Amino acid sequence: MTTISSPETDVVADGTTATRATRTRARVPWRFIGRRVAFYLFTLWAAITINFFVPRLMKGDAVDNYLARNRGMSPEAADALRALLGLDSDRTLWQQYVDYLGMLARGDLGIAITHGLQPVGEVIANALPWTVGLIGLATVVSFVIGTVGGAVVGWRRGSRLDALIPVTTFLSTVPYFWIGLMAISVFAVTLGWFPIGKAYGIGTTPGLSLEFLGEVVEHGTLPLATIVVASLGGWMLGMRNMMLTVLDEDYVTVAQAKGMPNRRVLWRYAARNAVLPQIQSFALSIGFIVGGAIIVEQVFSYPGVGKMLLDATNAKDYALMQGGFLVIVLAVLVANILADVAYAVLDPRTRQSEA
Amino acid sequence: MTSIDVQGVSKTYRVRGAGSIDALSDVSFTLSSGQTIGMVGQSGSGKSTVAKILTQMERPTSGQVLLDGEPIPTRGAALRAYRQQLRMVFQDPFASLNPYHSIRHHVERPLVLSGVVPPAQVDAEVHRLLDRVQLDAGVVDRRPHELSGGQRQRVAIARALAPRPALLVADEPVSMLDVSLRMGVLSLLSDIQAEDGLGVLYITHDLATARYFSDEIIVLNQGRVVEHGPADDVILRPQHPYTRELREASPDPESFFADHVGGAR
Amino acid sequence: MSITPLTPRSRGARLGASFAMFRNTKSVTGLAILAVFVVVAVFADQLAPFSPTQIDATARLQPPSGTHWFGTTHLGEDVLSQVIYGTRGVVVVGALTSLISMAIALVIGVLAGYLPGWRSEALSALANVFLVIPGIPILIIIASRFTNPPLWVVAAILGILGWGWGARVLRAQTMSLRNRDFVQAAKLNGEPLRRIIGVEMLPNLTALIASSFVGSVTAAILGLTTLSYIGVIPVNAYNWGTILNWASAQGAFTQNQWWWFLPPGLCIAAIGVALALLNFGIDEYINPRLRSAGELARAMRRKGLDTTDGVTAVTSTTTQGPTTR
Repeated sequence: MTTISSPETDVVADGTTATRATRTRARVPWRFIGRRVAFYLFTLWAAITINFFVPRLMKGDAVDNYLARNRGMSPEAADALRALLGLDSDRTLWQQYVDYLGMLARGDLGIAITHGLQPVGEVIANALPWTVGLIGLATVVSFVIGTVGGAVVGWRRGSRLDALIPVTTFLSTVPYFWIGLMAISVFAVTLGWFPIGKAYGIGTTPGLSLEFLGEVVEHGTLPLATIVVASLGGWMLGMRNMMLTVLDEDYVTVAQAKGMPNRRVLWRYAARNAVLPQIQSFALSIGFIVGGAIIVEQVFSYPGVGKMLLDATNAKDYALMQGGFLVIVLAVLVANILADVAYAVLDPRTRQSEA
Repeated sequence: MTSIDVQGVSKTYRVRGAGSIDALSDVSFTLSSGQTIGMVGQSGSGKSTVAKILTQMERPTSGQVLLDGEPIPTRGAALRAYRQQLRMVFQDPFASLNPYHSIRHHVERPLVLSGVVPPAQVDAEVHRLLDRVQLDAGVVDRRPHELSGGQRQRVAIARALAPRPALLVADEPVSMLDVSLRMGVLSLLSDIQAEDGLGVLYITHDLATARYFSDEIIVLNQGRVVEHGPADDVILRPQHPYTRELREASPDPESFFADHVGGAR
Repeated sequence: MSITPLTPRSRGARLGASFAMFRNTKSVTGLAILAVFVVVAVFADQLAPFSPTQIDATARLQPPSGTHWFGTTHLGEDVLSQVIYGTRGVVVVGALTSLISMAIALVIGVLAGYLPGWRSEALSALANVFLVIPGIPILIIIASRFTNPPLWVVAAILGILGWGWGARVLRAQTMSLRNRDFVQAAKLNGEPLRRIIGVEMLPNLTALIASSFVGSVTAAILGLTTLSYIGVIPVNAYNWGTILNWASAQGAFTQNQWWWFLPPGLCIAAIGVALALLNFGIDEYINPRLRSAGELARAMRRKGLDTTDGVTAVTSTTTQGPTTR
């Protein structure tokens, strides 16, 4: 009493349910990038909103002091500050919020009282190149050294190189400022090899002269080294752990069995796969590195956005504080987007999942 | 006498970016207590989807499932009662037991939750169940990683039997065991089925054991039932071309030698 | 089929097994160092020879001596006593912050891992927001609003801002657990949701929770000392960061008054090392590859074998044939 279904299809040629799912290949993972950008826009909105609410939690007398100190302002500037800091008691919270968003859209971040009533935007624009240069270079150097180092340590497991891991991890648990201070104490004060602080010598005019650039390099070495040393440990540890996992995979054994030279196996097979999670964690740690760099700028009196933010905080220049915070957050988000794009391009699986 | 009636069940999964996959199309069969049905098919044929729908880990896109004539309950106390009537043995003995908990925990929980025995007798019942699956009593305080695959699968069977179900779905229960252990576990299942009068849906890709243990065999291909009949008929006298392909694909030592080596058997 | 009879094991032995991650050398060393700091924090009153604020105008800026083991500050205060009392602030904030941030991370992370669909994505996005927004700047902005916050407020702020990483990690692991057969089996048993999460999934997350907790304490201590150093957290509360703040403000770094800034700095480093060791110990427990990879390779090197060579090496041949390793 067997029943059968009509044999209209060639079963062997048809294959299984799994293979029948249609698949197209996209070169650029638009959906992935789109989702990330949407997320970052949301984060930016959250940061803006936090920025909006914090001064409104201020105590009343601080507000009055602030106004009292700023008598020489133009009426427009005063209005802008009022909107920024929530001093308009005759407008509803929602109206203030809309005003604030409008200001941001115009690029108006208020007036900086500690910089002679210069617009906040200008003050930040002066400080930004120093920070971007310092952090950008430091992060790249640290990432490269840490990742390459981690790959090598993972490859040569059990060797004396293993000692590098606890050393660099130890260094990354030491606060940035401590490393910076020790660097000053040892290399600048005791050994006198480097200047103590600032980006260039007092009295030197900035410009594209060799003397200026030389001073920039000289003054920038210790801050750069501090950031690199402090953040190295994380990259190295992560990469080495991933290498150990990847090296156990069968495809590495196959590559070696095929007779592929060890160098190729290490770099083109193992490291290439182990580096993917590193790029993801890179995106996440940008925020942390920026935080550390702010501290380093303070320690070395380096004229970047970080030091500007801290000086503004101590001087209670609220408009500059908020402007600086926003710019820093924006920079971190942009860096994150770039890292996400890099990851999407490098990991074939994200491209596949677009299909 | 309990029976579960699958009527015209289809299940379609949406895959992001790749449209949809028809895992099951218009599958119908009836499983009654005292009967074993073998469900065979290659990977991706939809066998596991049938298991998921019977245990209600998934809902059918269309069609219905009836238990003794009534649609199976989908929530609340009625669903819990249903899940005591129809139990499942999972495929992977390594993954189906919680590595943190003792064997006692695994067998005890369904007992406690179903209330088939009063609390005072739970401990005795745990021992009785373990004895039934031929495991030593000392195993109760062990953790899964200390047991072999075969022992773990026996624990999984004991867990399945705890609430005294009428129906059992065994999803490839021996596929991940050493070949030498398979017959032991399958014989155990067969004995229990006979003693308790269970209705068993035995899902497998192995035709030989399917034939050995089942009264009826259902052949699935690409989510459709292509053949359904008494076990010996389907295996020995397959009518559908797919069933024939399946049988050809199973390695049979005798015919291998006859075809390739030639000479006397 | 005969089964080898197994001897039943005691409850104590099983409980001991859950804490195996703390029993390797690295973890034990780390815990020992931490214990020292905790003891110092608790018994600060008994251990410190002077009150930290006791000014002695006759003994300014003295290098270490018999009376002042760590020397004195610019006001003649005893550095050793300041460091001892400073331990309190660090230990309290470190512990409290981590408890707060881990509690939040646990709830949100496990929920986000277990719930399907948009709810999981939404919670994940929330955690990511806290992760992406750089911590130090936002701490600066928020902490600057308080004039003299008590320690618990500092801990609360740090904790509320720092749960992102733990939540992310827990969510990933919970998601992987959710689809495991034993969780499905628990559902089929009729387990209520709170037991599925609390009894079935949570114990499998303990190593991860421990590791995240240690990371959380590290971050909290780093955050506290850094913020204290730059002066965003007002300088009344004692901790090693504030000592460094004063030292730096008085030019101790440029004037080589090492006894003032080295002890607090080294204490920060020491507690960092202890936490890192603990983390290593837990990591090796979670991922045994990390431990055995090193040991095996070292053993091979001793025999003169190349560890990077994928081919199995022949160590010696006998009349029966080569032996391989």
